[in-house]
Amino acid sequence: MNAFRIVPAGDSALIVEFEERIDPDVNAKAIACAEAIQAAHLAGVRDVVPTYRSVAVYFDPLRTDGDALSACLEREAGQSMPTAAAARAPVRIPVCYGGELGPDLTGVASFARMPEADVVRIHTSGTYRVFMLGFVPGFAYLGIVDQRIAMPRHASPRVRVPIGSVGIAGVQTGVYPAETPGGWQLIGRTPVKPFDTAREDPCLMKAGDAVQFYSIERGEFDQWM
Amino acid sequence: MLVIRPGMLTTVQDAGRWGFQSSGVPVAGPMDPVSHRLANALVGNSRDAALLEITLLGPDLEFHDERLVAVTGAEFDLALDGHPVPSYAPFTVAAGSRLRFGARRIGARAYLAVSGGINVPPTLGSRSTHLVSAMGGVDGRALIAGDRLPLGHPKRVQGTALAPQAAIVALSDRRATIRVLPGPQVEYFAQRALDVLQSGPYVIARNSDRMGFRLEGPRLTHARGADIISDATPLGVLQVPASGQPILLMADRQTTGGYPKIATVIAADMTSAGQLGPGDAITFQVCTPHDALTALIAQERALMAVEERRS
Repeated sequence: MNAFRIVPAGDSALIVEFEERIDPDVNAKAIACAEAIQAAHLAGVRDVVPTYRSVAVYFDPLRTDGDALSACLEREAGQSMPTAAAARAPVRIPVCYGGELGPDLTGVASFARMPEADVVRIHTSGTYRVFMLGFVPGFAYLGIVDQRIAMPRHASPRVRVPIGSVGIAGVQTGVYPAETPGGWQLIGRTPVKPFDTAREDPCLMKAGDAVQFYSIERGEFDQWM
Repeated sequence: MLVIRPGMLTTVQDAGRWGFQSSGVPVAGPMDPVSHRLANALVGNSRDAALLEITLLGPDLEFHDERLVAVTGAEFDLALDGHPVPSYAPFTVAAGSRLRFGARRIGARAYLAVSGGINVPPTLGSRSTHLVSAMGGVDGRALIAGDRLPLGHPKRVQGTALAPQAAIVALSDRRATIRVLPGPQVEYFAQRALDVLQSGPYVIARNSDRMGFRLEGPRLTHARGADIISDATPLGVLQVPASGQPILLMADRQTTGGYPKIATVIAADMTSAGQLGPGDAITFQVCTPHDALTALIAQERALMAVEERRS
């Protein structure tokens, strides 16, 4: 039996909350719960949103009764079991590290007191979990970054971060899918689009996916673009 | 339909881009959902058809064929080829007709529906404009002079004589009492925080937009810090950063956020919130789930009555 509680957020959303910590096992429960709720096709449910440790269920209160829905969610949340990991192959993302495409690599290297090449080696040796998507369409919160290179974000964010920038913010890493303001330490850039509505599946990464980065040269980056 | 003059912030909005928040895609949609639906009802469109949301300063538009048009929400002086036309009632426009928005009398956002709806290509199943992610509407942006908007096939183009429909909810005139339900993170706040929230008023700051209203008023005190593990951010939720000044999340809100959320505006009162703008004041009032549902059912009955009459 999973430990959870159900909290209302206004009259049109219920939040299923699991243990209050950032943890792959807790996150796996939230994602499994979200999938079970989606699969149950409950009447009046408009959107199901898994996050680090909770699931938001948005519903139309004129089409479904909040208490009845809460009882359904209680059933799903208690029963849902994380599916065996690695159901999908890891998403592999090419990154050109450093230089003008990764202006903060130098800073992260001095934060970590190691050569830039070691920062790249550590960043590419990790397998990261997509804990959730948010911030802008297609932005995946990835973790957990090796403590040695887990540099905090900039005190004041950049006004414009280019599309495809790969950043670190403490133990989180991620790829900017759109040109936005952003405070993360930018160590490189990928030529792959994390989000593209022209694709049948616009999102490169989904909650629960495993993600790996690999290093490419500038020439290869330019060829992709 | 041709945009002669765009107004301050005019965007294409349908009922919103639901179903993709798990990919981080914001919902968007109308700031005042009741006026949106009423405008569509008055011209015989389906309730979720795309129309124009008009903010504070209205546009001038030219029509290229005969259509039925209705304007709801904020009240402006409207002139069709120089002759006044009423809000809250459908009127017929001819090929070449020009509709001009004049002075605004009350409310912040008007909704202009055209029979057949605005037929821009949908993105992820919706025509709603989301400005920050440049998605939907016309190239994901507010309208500019010279834009030509494709219209859908109308059910009807002729108006039957119809007295102006009364507003479903009285328009907010620069201030409104908005009802909330506590939570989802009320336990992150000091014990008296809900009383402080209701002691108001809160004034909407200048840097407020379709994403959210930054509010200035009595300071709310956190009990467990101003950071939570990021989670979903529902429409109408009041998130409170370290400053203690709440932000009311509106149509274009991000899908997730990391600040504790003290209370959530009931669905029925989003229409009143949507008629406010910078400088306007909100008084919050905690209500019960029963009050919330009763208010929503009353709105639904009133809207359905208009929809039935027009179908």
